[in-house]
Amino acid sequence: MSTFLGIPTAPRGVGHLRGDEPFPVAARKALANTQLRRNLGKATTTIRAKRAAVVAELPDWEELREAGRAIKAHTMRNLGHYLTELESQVTARGGTVHWARDAIEANRIVTDLVKATGAAEVVKVKSIVTDEIGLNDALAQAGIHAYETDLAELIVQLGRDRPSHILVPAIHRNRAEIRDIFLREMDGVDPGLTDTPAALTEAARLHLRRAFLSARVGISGANFAVAETGTLCVLESEGNGRMCLTLPDTLITVMGIEKVVPAWRDLDVFMQLLPRSSTGERMNPYTSMWTGVTPGDGPQEFHLVLLDNGRTAALADQTGRQALHCIRCSACLNVCPVYERTGGHAYGSVYPGPIGAVLSPQLTGVEDNASLPYASSLCGACYDACPVKIDIPSLLVHLRARHVEEAARAHRVASPESVTMAAASWVMASPSRWAAAQRASRLGRVVGRGGRIRRLPWPLSAWTAARDAPEPPAQTFRQWWRAERGDRS
Amino acid sequence: MRVALFVTCLADTLFPDVGKATVRLLERLGQQVEFPQAQTCCGQMHVNTGYLRDALPLVRRYAEVLGGYEAIVVPSGSCTGSVRHQHAMVARHYGDEDLARRAEAVASRTFELSEFLTDVLGLEDVGAYYPHRVTYHPTCHSLRLLRVGDRPLRLLRHVAGLDLVELPDAEVCCGFGGTFAVKNADVSTAMLADKMRSVLATRAEVCTAGDSSCLMHIGGGLSRLNAGTRTVHLAEILASTGDGT
Repeated sequence: MSTFLGIPTAPRGVGHLRGDEPFPVAARKALANTQLRRNLGKATTTIRAKRAAVVAELPDWEELREAGRAIKAHTMRNLGHYLTELESQVTARGGTVHWARDAIEANRIVTDLVKATGAAEVVKVKSIVTDEIGLNDALAQAGIHAYETDLAELIVQLGRDRPSHILVPAIHRNRAEIRDIFLREMDGVDPGLTDTPAALTEAARLHLRRAFLSARVGISGANFAVAETGTLCVLESEGNGRMCLTLPDTLITVMGIEKVVPAWRDLDVFMQLLPRSSTGERMNPYTSMWTGVTPGDGPQEFHLVLLDNGRTAALADQTGRQALHCIRCSACLNVCPVYERTGGHAYGSVYPGPIGAVLSPQLTGVEDNASLPYASSLCGACYDACPVKIDIPSLLVHLRARHVEEAARAHRVASPESVTMAAASWVMASPSRWAAAQRASRLGRVVGRGGRIRRLPWPLSAWTAARDAPEPPAQTFRQWWRAERGDRS
Repeated sequence: MRVALFVTCLADTLFPDVGKATVRLLERLGQQVEFPQAQTCCGQMHVNTGYLRDALPLVRRYAEVLGGYEAIVVPSGSCTGSVRHQHAMVARHYGDEDLARRAEAVASRTFELSEFLTDVLGLEDVGAYYPHRVTYHPTCHSLRLLRVGDRPLRLLRHVAGLDLVELPDAEVCCGFGGTFAVKNADVSTAMLADKMRSVLATRAEVCTAGDSSCLMHIGGGLSRLNAGTRTVHLAEILASTGDGT
């Protein structure tokens, strides 16, 4: 006799995936920060130009994008198969695989593993997924200090700040601000530190050297995991990652389950797509790959933590799951006119910008992150830039529709917006009702002066706060047509 | 050719001169223009705000009212984009495969104005005269949904008397985005500020585009500042002949 245990439900994502305020409120504050606007404008303009130049070099860029899309779509359709293949390959080569339902479970697994080594500090490779789960705070609660070794992550950590960009977590800071943070927070820093990139990098290098040489545990994320061999892969620019991946005795890798790829040959595609899209380089300076444990070479203990944290729930939406194809290049952030003006913090999630606006709400549940799908003018620049052709504008619209449908189910009283939309649909479904509504709109002529309207009531007051509205004309187009041409269609 | 004008709800209500100019231009070029009066709206605002169910009757109406025409001309890249990229999707969302097929068929005969002039009629010189300094803003949906490319610029370059100046950062969104302009009014305004800076840097007298909606946004900002540059739809420039019509 079997026992019915109920329908299994996919766990919701918890951690740093949503803000305390809705996007429009957080964005308003960010827009007022002129230093932030200048820092972001400068950085995104530079990286946009670099990306455009190296992408234009490849005659088969569109074919590469299509290949990247196809590999990811195939992998998502067969995710269970490739994850179990990855698990058995990692295990066969001396690694240990852990499955984490959500951020809380992942943090507990990693903390227990570090505690078991007796280490009081760990060195970290740049990893947004560990920012997603808030690993550093969880380790700190267990008395373990995590050293961020990526320069940008270090700046964020020392500044007690939050990452604001996927590739460059400290993109919102300029050199002068970084110098101030270093002078304030780094033990033994040269008081004569200047803000040249070389001086700032050297200060970080000196600060981290002792941690690198003494650390017994390294923690990383992963760009890719090859199922057929159980190989993990990290791409980076600075070489700090290579140190963390090779010097410690124990290596713990936390990886979102969507990062698996079936085979080595798939890396041929992504190794071309990722550096050109993210840093605007033909090739990134350091690519590290490791497969299980090799006696006498590198870490002798390897743990892979496979994180769900809302990913299975996203996978269940056959349209929305495209967001899981993301390879975290940040090209969509760099071309987004909204991101360029608000920065990443306004999105409230460690995944900001266009991809964050479609990924974060799917990880947490749309109703818990409802302002993000609307944080876009649907201009489409992100779709053109995406190296794996994620149709972000269509996904935004899809998530808006999911939000509207879920809200309609949850609330018995309709929102003013839903009433307006339903009314507009009813009016527009009939030409006679539409013509009547147009006649009514001419009431706007009462408040117009010289062809323009300076102030309208809520919700259109949001328009006239900064923009004039046109005064409705004395005659609509269809009235003109009837007057000129009669009833002839 | 029997051509239907889909004037768009926005031009119908607030910018009738855009519709009149489109009719005048097409008739001057020898087309027989009809205005099926049962038309209302393409439903884009509903779809983009998440109200797919409310868009469904509008998708059906578009297919029914305009399905019989050889070509449908729309003076809007955005509304053309909605017909082409959203109508069938909305029908399929509600399991109406028959409507989806009809929507695809009518979408394949729906053209944005500059597409119709250059691709269908094969024209670049439409015989227009417009003695003004003009800059062109390529609206996002014309640019990235329809890929109209330089079609509007080719048409503008053949307008007699027109001094065409390039818009800096032309391909960046003006910040309109439909209900985005109200829901995220602060971000929308910040984007508009940068677009206006670019427009004013050209010292153009007129900023033109293929969408009344984006022009309403840019024009509303310029008007509020009394900036001395006005917005004029592409159809109005191409319809202008200098003999007062």
